[in-house]
Amino acid sequence: MAMLRNITIGQYIPGNSPVHRLDPRTKILSTMALIALLFLVQSFAGYGFAALFIAAAVYISKLPPRYVIRGLKPLLIIIVLTLSLHIFMTEGRVLWQWGFIAITEEGLVRGGMMGTRLILLVLGTSILTLTTSPIHLTDGIESLLKPGKPIGIPAHELAMMMTIALRFIPTLLEETEKIMKAQMARGADFESGNLLQRAKNLIPLLVPLFINAFRRADDLAIAMEARGYRGGEGRTKFRELSFTSFDGVCLAGVLIFVVVISFLF
Amino acid sequence: MAAEALIQFDNVSHVYGRGTQQEWDALLEVNVTIRRGEFVAVLGHNGSGKSTLAKHANALLLPSKGTVLVDGMDTRDDKKVWDIRQRVGMVFQNPDNQLVATTVEEDVAFGPENMGVPTAEMQDRVAEALEVVGMTPFRLHSPHQLSGGQKQRVAIAGMIAMRPKCIVLDEPTAMLDPVGRAEVMSTVRRLNRDEGITIVHITHFMDEAIFADRVMVMEDGRIPLQGTPSEVFSQVEALYKLHLDVPQVTALAHRINAHGYSVPSNTLTVDELVNALCQ
Repeated sequence: MAMLRNITIGQYIPGNSPVHRLDPRTKILSTMALIALLFLVQSFAGYGFAALFIAAAVYISKLPPRYVIRGLKPLLIIIVLTLSLHIFMTEGRVLWQWGFIAITEEGLVRGGMMGTRLILLVLGTSILTLTTSPIHLTDGIESLLKPGKPIGIPAHELAMMMTIALRFIPTLLEETEKIMKAQMARGADFESGNLLQRAKNLIPLLVPLFINAFRRADDLAIAMEARGYRGGEGRTKFRELSFTSFDGVCLAGVLIFVVVISFLF
Repeated sequence: MAAEALIQFDNVSHVYGRGTQQEWDALLEVNVTIRRGEFVAVLGHNGSGKSTLAKHANALLLPSKGTVLVDGMDTRDDKKVWDIRQRVGMVFQNPDNQLVATTVEEDVAFGPENMGVPTAEMQDRVAEALEVVGMTPFRLHSPHQLSGGQKQRVAIAGMIAMRPKCIVLDEPTAMLDPVGRAEVMSTVRRLNRDEGITIVHITHFMDEAIFADRVMVMEDGRIPLQGTPSEVFSQVEALYKLHLDVPQVTALAHRINAHGYSVPSNTLTVDELVNALCQ
């Protein structure tokens, strides 16, 4: 049960660094530019510059480097898999062979590049989620998607859904815990048996949880209507994003960096 | 008390599931006038029609028959719905299921945001509303960090920020502990007294109804009994017949009288009873 309490919403680490204070839109756009850079660059030198950029961002944001690197953990398997697939499956000059397994020079290079790219992608994007609170992230996404409204991108609705999801995650976690305890008190077992058995045992947890979630959704819809909610039309915002000249300079700097590096390498 | 009507129910009936097996009349030809600045308590056991009545006050439900006028506007008028909802705020029973945003101050801002209030004014309104319910120190908290009573006060602040004329509270204390109930009740009374907001308080706690200017008792979609708290609660037998309790003090007075004493039957508070007994 303790596991439920350990789940944090996003991985946001509160702080007051210049990176934390940037407009979320600046950070989202910069991250997208960085992702583009990582796909455009085709050499280790280019990755080196990208890595330097990420390291600088981590330094300025005062994030604990170890914490940032720990973010790679869940992706370790994927990284190892990519690496080995490339190393063993690429044709070229054979360096070492054992039966049908062969390591080629080209394979080593390509595997190394793909691995580096993945690692840098994860590290680069995690700076965004580590320095931006989910609320600001939502605001940023809503504001960036707004121009897409005429072509049918539901910017406000998406942001509203994200907000409600964020609002109800702790509530539903609490409820899950309560139902789990209630079912355990009546002899339910959530911790033993094989995978199939355990999945089956979750049914008495999931059914009440879903029923309650739908009931909540219904109540919430009525409450929102009672408070005059009628979609994004004519709605004002309590928190206004402010794109400062500092944001402008940072974004311009990042874009110039990305263009130059991707041209040179 | 100003005698001017704020919400007027004219011959209102409401049928749920019309034409189905479960057709059920929740309201039957109800005539009620809520006056400006009044504190009205609505009592009744489950299924007596209190919530249905409440939802008619801000056009969440429309009458099957009859009309509801809010500040002179017919709730059936599509163009007036948002004006009506701004004038009549509603607080619901479950404190968890009515907060929308991830922080207290943003939740309070939800109503004004919907109304299109400019950001600068909105910030003033939110600060003011939180001050009124005494939740300013919690403005950056997330709703799940609050107690039930605090959540209900935030919900009330969310209404105040819309500057309503009336707040309808649909069993706001039903899911709270005694401390939370006391918090909510003192907030509601203060709103009525100091801010002049009309209150319609739906409850099944008799002790909460004694603060009202007027008590209405509902049963099977009708209002068989209404009047000042002392008028209503002095009819102890009638209330028992409607499956309702009377406030503890009144019940005690009633039992004392049954033993041949003559304490006024409209005694509502401990002080009144003490005074009556000591004479």
